[in-house]
Amino acid sequence: MMLSIMLAESLGVQNWTYILVGITFTIYIGIAIWSRANSTKEFYVAGAGVSPLANGMATAADWMSAASFISMAGIISFAGYDGAVYLMGWTGGYVLLALLLAPYLRKFGKFTVPDFIGDRYYSKTARLVAVFCALLVSFTYVAGQMRGVGIVFSRFLEVDINTGVIIGMLIVLFYAVLGGMKGITYTQVVQYCILIFAFMVPAIFISIQMTGNPIPQLGFGGELADGSGTYLLDKLDGLSTELGFAEYTEGSKSLIDVFAITLALMVGTAGLPHVIVRFFTVKRVKDARKSAGIALLLIVILYTTAPAVAVFARTNMIETVSNQPYENVPEWFKKWETTELIVFTDKNNDGIIQYVADESKNELVVDRDIMVLANPEIANLPNWVIALVAAGGLAAALSTAAGLLLVISASVSHDLIKKIIKPSISEKGELVAARLSAVGAVCVAGYFGINPPGFVAAVVALAFGLAAASFFPAIILGIFYKRMNKEGAIAGMVVGIVAMLLYMIKYKLGWFDDVLPDKSEWWFGISPEGFGTVAMVLNFIVSIVIMRFTPAPPKDVQEIVEHIRIPSGAGQATH
Amino acid sequence: MTKNNAKAYWKENIRYVIILLLVWFLVSYGAGIIFKDTLNKIKLGGFKLGFWFAQQGSMYVFVILIFVYVRLMNKLDKKYGYDA
Repeated sequence: MMLSIMLAESLGVQNWTYILVGITFTIYIGIAIWSRANSTKEFYVAGAGVSPLANGMATAADWMSAASFISMAGIISFAGYDGAVYLMGWTGGYVLLALLLAPYLRKFGKFTVPDFIGDRYYSKTARLVAVFCALLVSFTYVAGQMRGVGIVFSRFLEVDINTGVIIGMLIVLFYAVLGGMKGITYTQVVQYCILIFAFMVPAIFISIQMTGNPIPQLGFGGELADGSGTYLLDKLDGLSTELGFAEYTEGSKSLIDVFAITLALMVGTAGLPHVIVRFFTVKRVKDARKSAGIALLLIVILYTTAPAVAVFARTNMIETVSNQPYENVPEWFKKWETTELIVFTDKNNDGIIQYVADESKNELVVDRDIMVLANPEIANLPNWVIALVAAGGLAAALSTAAGLLLVISASVSHDLIKKIIKPSISEKGELVAARLSAVGAVCVAGYFGINPPGFVAAVVALAFGLAAASFFPAIILGIFYKRMNKEGAIAGMVVGIVAMLLYMIKYKLGWFDDVLPDKSEWWFGISPEGFGTVAMVLNFIVSIVIMRFTPAPPKDVQEIVEHIRIPSGAGQATH
Repeated sequence: MTKNNAKAYWKENIRYVIILLLVWFLVSYGAGIIFKDTLNKIKLGGFKLGFWFAQQGSMYVFVILIFVYVRLMNKLDKKYGYDA
């Protein structure tokens, strides 16, 4: 016993990381070999035979990306109350999915989101617009994931970021190309287990250390464990105002912007093709509803822990470094300084760290990702826990990347090749095309991971706005408004996506002006992140107005709408 | 006959959806955003109530809402004979 503990301690973080990452990667490859896809139905929707529990787990892993796992708690710890836009925005969309989209799209029973748009709006143009939107949303999103894989590799295994991206590409290539949706689904089930374990273990340890409560969700509303009788949140509010920051529980964004961002993220979530398509993989309509509930439950475990981790980490950090002599800082501080995620510049040369809101006096810059990555070290947790965080971060990034790559390959091989360019293609030919487009998509994603255009990071957050502005209204109207026709839907999608792109280019990227326009010029005080809400409303209005002046959809299309509203006889997905 | 059946089913479904989405809106946009400052005057342990709704409570309610809908719809499917 003693010996094994000594052995475990002597292994070191680096070796533990190699071991854990090695084991998880072996599992992913094993699943890929076991679950090879033999038909397009297996490749696109895992044969529509996935159980609600497995689909719920897969959806949760698909959904929680490197951003959720690594960055979100850190973002919240710097944003305080404002961080709620991500918490509510990235969970509330599942209510919309379960109540308004998933059951009907499952009943419709095809392979992709453009499939629904193309058939419901009886138009190749509508299908093409949908394919364009799906590719735009998925590519902006996947580039960020590949970068995330590279960053985790480089920080924990001390390989070059580019080598990390290439290793990640090879793994995803292997199981996505071989197994298609079937392989992706079962790897995502495993990846969910790894990432949730890796997130919860340090959070529980730290909650016990700081508040004596093993449940982080309760701990962060509890009293400090130091016996002072002070509530943790009151303490953090006090520390924040002392240093000149806004009170942690108050935030600083305007009400209308918080409202708009939250809504754009919720609706965007419900409109993301890689999330929607997961609900095509279950057997029956009732399974689609149930697996949406399971998925959200599994997501909320992490999402309610993240704000607790944010509070623990921020309080810990302020207490450890603020007004302390630089020579007394703990070892983890020096270690993360070498990665430049912590930068200390002693502006007044007093050897003491001043961490304050005032930019001219502040001497400490902390990268937000560190809040999760360095948490185990800050709390003095064992080496295997630190290695576990690396394996968890990789699981989160890989599972999301794989889901997105499948949407890209299905858009190309099914919607473009089979449905538009060459309808005569055989089943075998389409499967080959699907695999080749997956390979192509991995290469493009890898290229952007290695050479990230400066604006990728800025644009990833806006993928939600794009999805909200394009798909969501078209799908909702397609299900709930029988009279909606192709003219209305196409015009709505085009106006929505163009409005979103223009606003983004003007106010996020600043390409129209020499300098980025000031916040005061935002329409209604709404930031580019929240503009998806406005673009969505525009889409709805344009769709309905144009529909009024154009002919009703043909009778067989109206029958499709009546058909999808009834849950029985969902049967198997067909061409 | 089946057409009327389908119509009645759809009507009840829409009623459930509207009620549940009203709750969805009230906990997140209502309690967590619009009325946050008022609710913050009430404390729940160490939490200000508005802050708690924004960073914890609304998410728990979201999960409950979906499972309530699952139950209601399973019953409704049975009632109208659509559970085959």
